[in-house]
Amino acid sequence: MARMSEKKTKPVLGQSRPKANSAWQNLFAQHQETAVDSLLRLLLEPLASLLTWAVIAIALALPLTLILLLQNLQQIGSGLDQVSNISLFMVPEVTAQTLDETLRDISVRTDVAAAELITSEQALQEFEQNSGFGEALQGLDTNPLPAVILVTPAATSQPAVEALHAELAANPNVEYAQLDLAWLQRLNAIVEFASRMATLLALMLGAGVILVIGNTVRLAIENRRAEIVVIKLVGGTDAYVSRPFLYTGLWYGVGGGLLAVLLISLVMFGLQGPVSRLVGVYDSNFSLIGLGISNSCLVLMVAGFLGWFGAWISVLRHLRAIEPR
Amino acid sequence: MIKFDDVSKRYPGGHEALSHIDFHLGRGELAFLTGHSGAGKSTLLKLIMHMELASSGQVIVNGQNLNKLKRRQVPFYRRNIGLVFQDHQLLFDRTVYDNVALPLLIAGYEPREAARRVRAALDKVGLLHKENQNPIALSSGEQQRVGIARAVVNKPLLLLADEPTGNLDPELSAEIMELFEQFSSVGVTVLIASHDLSLISRLEHRMLVLDHGRLLPVGQE
Repeated sequence: MARMSEKKTKPVLGQSRPKANSAWQNLFAQHQETAVDSLLRLLLEPLASLLTWAVIAIALALPLTLILLLQNLQQIGSGLDQVSNISLFMVPEVTAQTLDETLRDISVRTDVAAAELITSEQALQEFEQNSGFGEALQGLDTNPLPAVILVTPAATSQPAVEALHAELAANPNVEYAQLDLAWLQRLNAIVEFASRMATLLALMLGAGVILVIGNTVRLAIENRRAEIVVIKLVGGTDAYVSRPFLYTGLWYGVGGGLLAVLLISLVMFGLQGPVSRLVGVYDSNFSLIGLGISNSCLVLMVAGFLGWFGAWISVLRHLRAIEPR
Repeated sequence: MIKFDDVSKRYPGGHEALSHIDFHLGRGELAFLTGHSGAGKSTLLKLIMHMELASSGQVIVNGQNLNKLKRRQVPFYRRNIGLVFQDHQLLFDRTVYDNVALPLLIAGYEPREAARRVRAALDKVGLLHKENQNPIALSSGEQQRVGIARAVVNKPLLLLADEPTGNLDPELSAEIMELFEQFSSVGVTVLIASHDLSLISRLEHRMLVLDHGRLLPVGQE
């Protein structure tokens, strides 16, 4: 973490120094001690530290939750097969005979792989079973649902499917022809746009985290000015002087990251109920994907790095300026 | 051990704190640096500590030309110098023991070896029984002795003191000076800046007298 200038530079005067074989052990022990000491200093002021951690946590959780939700949305898209289906909603007055003829006409087309008729009675039955509006529908005098012909195009290329779609839509018995992929494309476009926004947001808030930690560390440096001067006068290297502050930054980051993971889990837990009720209506087995253990670790690592980096900038700017006078 | 070769120090703004200083201090020698306030005593010590650089001339400490010291070498150079401040500069957020142990901690001493040295240094200044106290609870004479223990704990070749008895009564001052004499007798080079003429003239040691940034010839003090 800190530069190892202890190793590179030879002692200037011929003074005895600690033996080389134990130098690494001592350096490790020093790091350990500094790390623990820096953490204890934060814990000794729980309220101030908690506030900083909360700021970092919110700044991290906001874009991460967004990104996570968007990933869930993309999962809906990828769950559907990429073949576009065309739903032909028939004119309500159409007779059963006309329906059969239309179905036959469509089925024999070379650019159609399969066509299936769902009569208005079938549609009503299915709707009653799955939607939960069964009782409401029984109150109606007539069946409001039209007959539908589901068409699976033979071609998968976009222009071919769209040409077929246009042709079928021109049939006078078809009231409305819906290309099922259109909504998916729209969803994907929205998700992509939102992802871009979320990434930008994450970058801005990440920079915010760096600045917040940098500023907090600057205050810590100011508070320990006297100690820094003494340490420099008795031969503390820049690396030695910087170390506690770099660890302070690291702990701010890791603590904020930990809180962020907690916050995201809470949000996901809170959304799980409404989401499963929502997808229940759409007859889907979709369920929300949370952060997971490996991503949580990643969040902690990134947060730790941001903290360390913020502290490093602060140390570079402010610690060098403190020289014994 | 310390060699000043035609050293001048001019601060930005034109004030010349030291001009054409020449002297040599041998190994194990004890000398007093004296003169009116503003004569340049602190500046001279700062040059030795590499807190300031000479505007012209050479400062050579133990064969090392300080003008040629690189920034990253400075900490290692300073580890060979014990520095005693007038206001002792102890850290009140830790015990006497931890204050004295600081230079050893920085130099990466093994904990058991460090403990041995800290206790030896505290014993030397007669404060071993107060190692677990906070220095804020000590008298100013005791605080100064803790400062001395910290300065000598890693057995420096050179001991610098800036007005070490400035805040002490004559009796305590004499005790502190006696400590410095003891270090000198075991081969440590000691340079003490002091304007307490009544005290230092009783002790028969070499005197470097500064007057408006110039070193007065021997015999003219």
